[in-house]
Amino acid sequence: MMQGRKTFVAWLQAAPMMVVFSVFFLLPLLLVTIVSAWDYNEYEMIPAFSLRGYSDTFEGCIADLPNLCTILKTYLKTLKLCLLTWCLTLLIGFTVAYFLAFHVRSKTWQIVLTLLCTIPFWTSNVIRMIAWIPLLGRNGLVNRGLEGVGLIRQPLEWLLFSEFSVVLALVHLFTFFMVVPIFNSMIRIDKRLIEAAYDAGATGWQTLVNVVIPLAKPGIVIGSIFVITIVMGDFVTIGVMGGQQIASAGKIIETRLNALQFPAAAANAVILLGITILIISALTRIVDVRKEL
Amino acid sequence: MNEKRSRSFYLLAAFFTAYVLFLYGPMFAIYILSFQGPDGGLTFPMNGVSLVWFGKVFSGSGIVDIAAAFRRSLQLGLVVMVLTVVLSVSAGLAFRRSFRGATFLFYVAIASLIMPSIITSLGIALEFRLLDDFVIKSGATDWTTAMGLFTSGLGAHLTWTLPFGLLIMFAIFNRFDSRLEEAARDLGATPWQTFWHVVLPIILPSVVGIGLFGFTLSWDELARSSQTIGPVNTLPLDLQGLTTTVTKPDIYALGTLTSAVSFLVIFLALVVILVLQARQRRHGSDAGKGLV
Repeated sequence: MMQGRKTFVAWLQAAPMMVVFSVFFLLPLLLVTIVSAWDYNEYEMIPAFSLRGYSDTFEGCIADLPNLCTILKTYLKTLKLCLLTWCLTLLIGFTVAYFLAFHVRSKTWQIVLTLLCTIPFWTSNVIRMIAWIPLLGRNGLVNRGLEGVGLIRQPLEWLLFSEFSVVLALVHLFTFFMVVPIFNSMIRIDKRLIEAAYDAGATGWQTLVNVVIPLAKPGIVIGSIFVITIVMGDFVTIGVMGGQQIASAGKIIETRLNALQFPAAAANAVILLGITILIISALTRIVDVRKEL
Repeated sequence: MNEKRSRSFYLLAAFFTAYVLFLYGPMFAIYILSFQGPDGGLTFPMNGVSLVWFGKVFSGSGIVDIAAAFRRSLQLGLVVMVLTVVLSVSAGLAFRRSFRGATFLFYVAIASLIMPSIITSLGIALEFRLLDDFVIKSGATDWTTAMGLFTSGLGAHLTWTLPFGLLIMFAIFNRFDSRLEEAARDLGATPWQTFWHVVLPIILPSVVGIGLFGFTLSWDELARSSQTIGPVNTLPLDLQGLTTTVTKPDIYALGTLTSAVSFLVIFLALVVILVLQARQRRHGSDAGKGLV
C-alpha cells in the first residue's frame, strides 16, 4: 500500500515533464510522419494519402541517371560536411580532453581550464559565426596578413562563404560537444591501468591505442552522436557561413517550409530522421550508451 | 609516466593553447570591432573608437526593433528558466524511485536532445497549423493562430532545455546522501517538510545551475525557434536575419550586447551559487536550532 502510494507520487512528479515531451516532441514527430504522406497544393495541405512529398523530393532522379539529381547531391554534400566536421572535432576534442584528463594534475586547474573552454559555449551561435567575418572576409585579417607578408597578391575568395568557412565554423561551434563526454570517460579511467601498461613496456602510442582509446570509447560515441546529429540537421550555420549558397538537408526542409509546402518539408524531415537514426544505431552498436550516463 | 611527461606535456599544452585562441580569437574580434568609429566598417583596422553602433542598436534606426525582440527573448528565457527548474527537479525526484515509464521518459528526453532541431521545429509548427485549421473549420471565423511566443515557442524551447535539466538532476542525485532524508523522517518530518527543509537546501546550488542552463539555452536558441515562434522574432532570429542584410558594425554591437547579457546572467548565477554554498558551510549543522 505504502509502496504503491510512493510509486504513484513518483509517477505524478514525472508526469509534467512527460506531458511537455508528449505535446511538443512525440506528437509533433508523429504528425511529421503522417503529414509527409499527405497531398498538397500551393496554398494548403490536403489530408489525403499521397506520396507527392516524396516523389517531388526525388523528382528526376531516375531520369538523370547516371548523374546525381539535386536532392542526392545535397545529401552527399551534407554527409561530406558532416564527415569532415566529425573527423576534425573528434581529433581536436580527443586531444584537448586527453590533455585535461591526463596532463593537468590539479583538480582546480582542471576546473579552471574546462570552464575556459565552456565560456564561449554561452555566446549565441550566430555571434560566434559572424565573428569569423572580420577575419576571413575579402579585406579580413587573414587576407591582409597574407598579402602583408607577400604570400598572395589577390585576396583569397574561398576563405568566406565557402565549404571551408562552413566546416571551420562548425568545428568552432561544436568541438566542445566532443570534449565534455570524452573528458568524462577519461577521468574515470583508473590511472593504475596506464602505469601498468608502462611497466609492461608499452610505448606511449601503444598505451594510447590499446588502453586509453578503448576505455574512452563511450565518450567518443556520445560526442560523435551529438556532433553528427547537429550537423546533419543544421541549416543555420551552413546558411550563414555558406553565404546562403550551399544546400544542405536542413536547408531543404527550411526552404520547403518557407514555401508553405508542409508535406514536402515533412517528407524531407522523415528522410533526414531515417538517416540520423541509421547513423546513431550504428554508433550505439559499438557501446551501450545508457550505461555511461 | 613522469620521465616522459615533459615533451608530450608541452606539445599538448601548446595544442590546448591554440584551441583556446581559436575559440576566443574571433569572438574578441567582434567585441572590439563593435566599438568602431562612425566611419568604421566590418573589418580591421579600427576607424576610430566610439559607442555609435550601440546607440544605433538602441534607437532602432536602420535595423529591426531590437528593443522589442530583446524584451521578448528575456521574457521567454525567464519563463523557460522557471519551468525547466520546476519540471526537472520534480522529474529528478521521481527518477530516484522506479515508476512505470521511467525508461521510456529517459529515452524520450535523450531523443529530444539529439533530434535535429529542424525536425522538432517543423513538427511543432505542423501541430499548431493543424490545430488552427481545425479551430477555423469548427467555425471560429476570427481565429488567427494559437502559435506564439508562449505556446509553440515555449514548447519548442522546453524540448531543448528539459533534457539538460534532467541529466543535471541525475548527476545531483547520484551523489546525494539519502541518510539525511531518513534522519528527517525519523524525526517526524512529512515528505514535504523533508523536501523543503532538507533536500532542497542541499541541492539548491545545482538547481540554480539548472536555471542558468535553462535561461542561456533559451536566450541563444535559434534553430528550434525558427518555425515555432509565430509572427514575432526573438533576438537570435533577428540577429540571423541581419547577417544577410546588414553591412555595418551595428550587428557586432548587437552581438556584443547579447553576449554581455549571457555573461551577466552567468555571473549572477555563479554569485548566487557561491553564496548558497558558503551559507551551507556556515549553517552546516542545525543541531539545537529546531526547525519550525
